Amino acid sequence: MELFKLTIHELRDELNKRELTSEELVKNFFNRIEETEEDIKSFLLLDKENAIEEAKKIDEKRDKGENLGDLAGIPVAIKDNISTKGLKTTCGSKILNNYIAPYDATVIKNLREAGAIIVGKTNLDEFAMGSSTENSAFHTTRNPWDLERVPGGSSGGSAAAVSSYQVPFSLGSSTGGSVRQPAAFCGVVGLKPTYGLLSRYGLVAFASSLDQIGPLTRDVEDCAIVMNTLASHDKLDSTSVEVEKVDYTRNLKKDIKGLKIGVPKEYMGEGINKEVREKIEESIEIFKNLGAEVEEMSLPHSEYGLETYYILAPSEASSNLARFDGVRYGNRVENYDSVEELFTKTRSEGFGEEVKRRIMIGTYCLSSGYYDAYYNKAQRVRTLIKEDFEKAFDKYDVIISPTTPSTAFKIGEKNDNPLEMYLSDVLTVSVNVAGVPAISIPCGISKGMPVGLQIIGKAFDESKILNVAYNFEQKLKFNETPKFGGVK
Amino acid sequence: MSVSKEQVKHVAKLSRLEFDEKSMEDFTKKFSSVINYVDKLKKVDTDGVKPTYHPHVSIKNVMREDEVKESLKRKEIMKNAPDSENGYIKIPKVLD
Repeated sequence: MELFKLTIHELRDELNKRELTSEELVKNFFNRIEETEEDIKSFLLLDKENAIEEAKKIDEKRDKGENLGDLAGIPVAIKDNISTKGLKTTCGSKILNNYIAPYDATVIKNLREAGAIIVGKTNLDEFAMGSSTENSAFHTTRNPWDLERVPGGSSGGSAAAVSSYQVPFSLGSSTGGSVRQPAAFCGVVGLKPTYGLLSRYGLVAFASSLDQIGPLTRDVEDCAIVMNTLASHDKLDSTSVEVEKVDYTRNLKKDIKGLKIGVPKEYMGEGINKEVREKIEESIEIFKNLGAEVEEMSLPHSEYGLETYYILAPSEASSNLARFDGVRYGNRVENYDSVEELFTKTRSEGFGEEVKRRIMIGTYCLSSGYYDAYYNKAQRVRTLIKEDFEKAFDKYDVIISPTTPSTAFKIGEKNDNPLEMYLSDVLTVSVNVAGVPAISIPCGISKGMPVGLQIIGKAFDESKILNVAYNFEQKLKFNETPKFGGVK
Repeated sequence: MSVSKEQVKHVAKLSRLEFDEKSMEDFTKKFSSVINYVDKLKKVDTDGVKPTYHPHVSIKNVMREDEVKESLKRKEIMKNAPDSENGYIKIPKVLD
């Protein structure tokens, strides 16, 4: 049996039956990583020694019959913009390439308490700004389905690691689609939770009113299991919302007869690749067979989602990234004559082109004379986008659409044209702008590459979208695996 | 609306960034194309629409008592400082 192919719930069964130890399990995954990493390059850092130590501790606890957490002994990979105490947290940027996080993010604390074993930190577009990992200052991660193609981004390393069986699950973060888009490109499950459901404490901020951490897993049940550990109210994040603790696995397997599904016509129009659209149409038939009612509907302001996003996200980023100035942490240039020069030179050398572009767009949109025309205007359109969703959820339980307009593109294909790159997020950004949750799950293959189906729910209705996704997954029985790695 | 090189230089100064002449041309072109793109929002009618600064309007200011609690260790924090002396972070002279 190839252990690395198993899901969290299967691995947990093996561990509980004492068929294998956590130490064996972790070593098995490290073997897999060592076999595949040269080609995939998911990771920026691996922490084998500590991971094995932690696994041994879990085994001791198991031997003594102590209570173990939900994820005891299960390996996990963490996107490198989430703070992990004692480990480098670079955000894929030169400016932080020596930064060691002095504390754990709250989600990391939750994972450790549940017994998960952190194996390493994954690659990303610098400061999560990008859709392909090509903006990483260190290297580009490759798509396990086709090494010539991107894994998506910005959580591309986290998606590729799960897809190539290097880990059973990983954490990513989403500001405009950075969990769902790479999940779709790599054929795995990725959830962007409701804004405020997970603590952002310790996530290096990109756009504070849009950012959410989210899990990437191999199946929907695993996603529900991991969400049970991740979701928590946190006093250290004042935007974290106090909601009743939910067991996301509880309603997972209920049938969805009579469920009302909306399909926004704006998400199925021109600009969506023909094969992708066909897969979504096939998915709609599956939902009908499951007893759901599917109807075309409209989210009229969604055509302005991307423009709104590309004002709001850079505006917030320009403010958040002001902290990287070479004073308290991060790199500092060697030669400077004044504080002013220290700031400017450090930032100009430390940031890559896309990060500079977004800081500049944000600064421009917030600058005197332009603030009302751009930033304030975008916040008003945001209200309209949010109201579109609220009205839709009066009538529909969930909304479905493709996750991305096309499947994974070739490395180098779009990285000289920022607008073309931005368009790969056109179907995911509005969800972040409105703060609602959405999941991407595989729904088929087009020309050898996986296609993602997006299921959007109303705020804090993760249980519902997981339930809908689970039913779909069981019916579809998606069992294609990436070409790379010889896993058949 | 196209953005001039002079405007880009001004925004760069505000952002504490600098570009050499060679990369300025290309950067201005790409920057301009993004600003042109987001300009499309101007045609949306937002009269009487309130801005949404935060996804959940129900969120209120979160207050707490001002109590002394244990914080991160100074020694740990200072490990990340690029330059320091006697437990202080060091920067060039600000005032003459």
